[in-house]
Amino acid sequence: MSRMASLMTWVDDRFPLTKMWKEHLAEYYAPKNFNFWYFFGSLALLVLVMQILTGIFLTMHYKPDANLAFGSVEYIMRDVPWGWLIRYMHSTGASAFFIVVYLHMYRGLIYGSYKKPRELIWIFGVLIYLVLMAEAFMGYLLPWGQLSYWGAQVIVNLIAAVPYIGPDVAIWLRGDFVVSDATLNRFFAFHVIALPLVLLGLVVAHVIALHEVGSNNPDGVDIKKVKDENGIPKDGIPFHPYYSVKDIVGVVVFLMFFFLVVFFTPELGGWFLEGDNFIPADPLKTPEHIVPLWYFTPFYAILRAIPPLFGSQFPGVAAMGLSIVLFFFLPWLDRSPVKSVRYRGGLFKTALVIFVISFIVLGWLGTQPATPVLTNFARFFSVLYFAFFILMPFYTALDKTKPVPDRVTYK
Amino acid sequence: MNKSIVLGLLLLMPGLATASGGGVHLEQAHVNVQNQASLQNGAKLFVNYCLSCHSARFMRYSRLARDLGLTEEQVKENLMFIGEKLGDTMTVNMPTEDSKRWFGTPPPDLSVIARSRGPDWLYTYMKTFYVDASRPFGANNAVFPDVGMPHVMWELEGLKRPVFETHVDADGKEVKSIVGYEMVQPGKLSPLDYDAAVADLVNFLVYLGEPGQFDRKRIGLAVLLFLGLLAVLSYYLKKEYWKDVH
Repeated sequence: MSRMASLMTWVDDRFPLTKMWKEHLAEYYAPKNFNFWYFFGSLALLVLVMQILTGIFLTMHYKPDANLAFGSVEYIMRDVPWGWLIRYMHSTGASAFFIVVYLHMYRGLIYGSYKKPRELIWIFGVLIYLVLMAEAFMGYLLPWGQLSYWGAQVIVNLIAAVPYIGPDVAIWLRGDFVVSDATLNRFFAFHVIALPLVLLGLVVAHVIALHEVGSNNPDGVDIKKVKDENGIPKDGIPFHPYYSVKDIVGVVVFLMFFFLVVFFTPELGGWFLEGDNFIPADPLKTPEHIVPLWYFTPFYAILRAIPPLFGSQFPGVAAMGLSIVLFFFLPWLDRSPVKSVRYRGGLFKTALVIFVISFIVLGWLGTQPATPVLTNFARFFSVLYFAFFILMPFYTALDKTKPVPDRVTYK
Repeated sequence: MNKSIVLGLLLLMPGLATASGGGVHLEQAHVNVQNQASLQNGAKLFVNYCLSCHSARFMRYSRLARDLGLTEEQVKENLMFIGEKLGDTMTVNMPTEDSKRWFGTPPPDLSVIARSRGPDWLYTYMKTFYVDASRPFGANNAVFPDVGMPHVMWELEGLKRPVFETHVDADGKEVKSIVGYEMVQPGKLSPLDYDAAVADLVNFLVYLGEPGQFDRKRIGLAVLLFLGLLAVLSYYLKKEYWKDVH
């Protein structure tokens, strides 16, 4: 036995290294017909790792102090060697994270990846999305610019709109009556340690649950139904090396887009870094437009679309919460016998198109001032957004489906 | 501080909400940070006309020397006047208390002003100061109405009076707006030369907002070329592995 092999035996007797390698990579059989939409899971993992690494280096120079925070970011941008690159990678990474996660979620929608037996994968995924939103929101306070400050002020005030407990919870979260040094300090703690820990745990759970039941595919066919004499799915291929080499292509192409932004247009015209956030936070000067970053704007539009009730913003806050919570129920709202959009009928396809358009239009509306005309548009599209979920049991049950083949289609 | 106090203070400052736009059409600033002569001239204007009140407290003189192609001596002689050290940042000695009393608000730090206002706004702002006897320093501004800042470059530009035109807006209200200017007292520079000087100053402010932007674009090109090569390689690697998938 070679030295390497005997070392491996030594390790395997004490830790299931080879077993894990086989279970999750070399002998994890994934359907061979993954398409473009299947790149975004591995890309989300890449961005997560990138955010953690760049985040560690930012923490070495950043000062979570209301008097020093803004200056320490500029110090990173100017005086720390390669600090500008690390900072732009982190700020671009935040938006990139949401782009890949939204595309990843869309993949789940079109191929029914949330349906039985993958309900828990989906639920872990929605939890990841929720934690990611909290992570991004708290991270955005740290540069301590005008929009950092006022964005946080607006969002924490939403919590204050919850009847009875709201005002006290808001004070408890801020650690003060307004967003202040205390808030910055605790958001820093949440951003750099508490939420990333939760995020990592959820990602592990997401992947373990996936590997337990196996990956879905663009046909929504269960590949475990047709196995060869060795018990290996006929339409399955080992994740490593097939999908590891394929994902490398995805990673490189993704990085090309990513670094195009990082190096040539890190603000992306105000979409990734907002101009007003280069003004230090000033509690006495409210900016003209307080606009959240693009990944929150669909929900912000829903919030503003709902009229206040008895002078309370609570209905809007509740609607915004519901618009996210509804995702959890998708596996049970969908009553179609087929998974993939390829074998679904016109009703589901129409509903999906309307939903995607509503989401994008709401996202745009959330960046605009709430004029009466635009508010009416936001109301209209909010209704469509909710209709996608609430009417789902009906249109998926009524929908005419096509027969699903036994094997996946692969050209 | 209590929320209602903040709100109360906001209500007492009616000019605040409209302070940044003014609805004036912004002229386009032709920024080119590769033009070192322009940056050098902009730096000179900046230390002579801005740096007495406005700081650039995140910018070091030494960095300026390196990026603008100047020797340490040149920087010391032309850009540093009050005995700073080369490694110092561009701060001002004016106490905040005084500046508040003199201008109504402390002059903002200009390190990243180009990133919040944008070059076009700055360019138009520096070109739309006009004579207004009702203001404490005798000057007002079209893009930033009732600004606390005096027209510091008036010696160069001269003094100009606005030409107003009254028209009726969509709500049927009469509005007075500035349609042009007439020179009251010519300055040291011709209007064209003043435009060029302001363009240099704005160019410098854009550089000041992000001194790393030269490196950024240069390195970015190399990174993208490398990734392009890697994309081709990884594509053929994938193809090779996937040959046996049918």
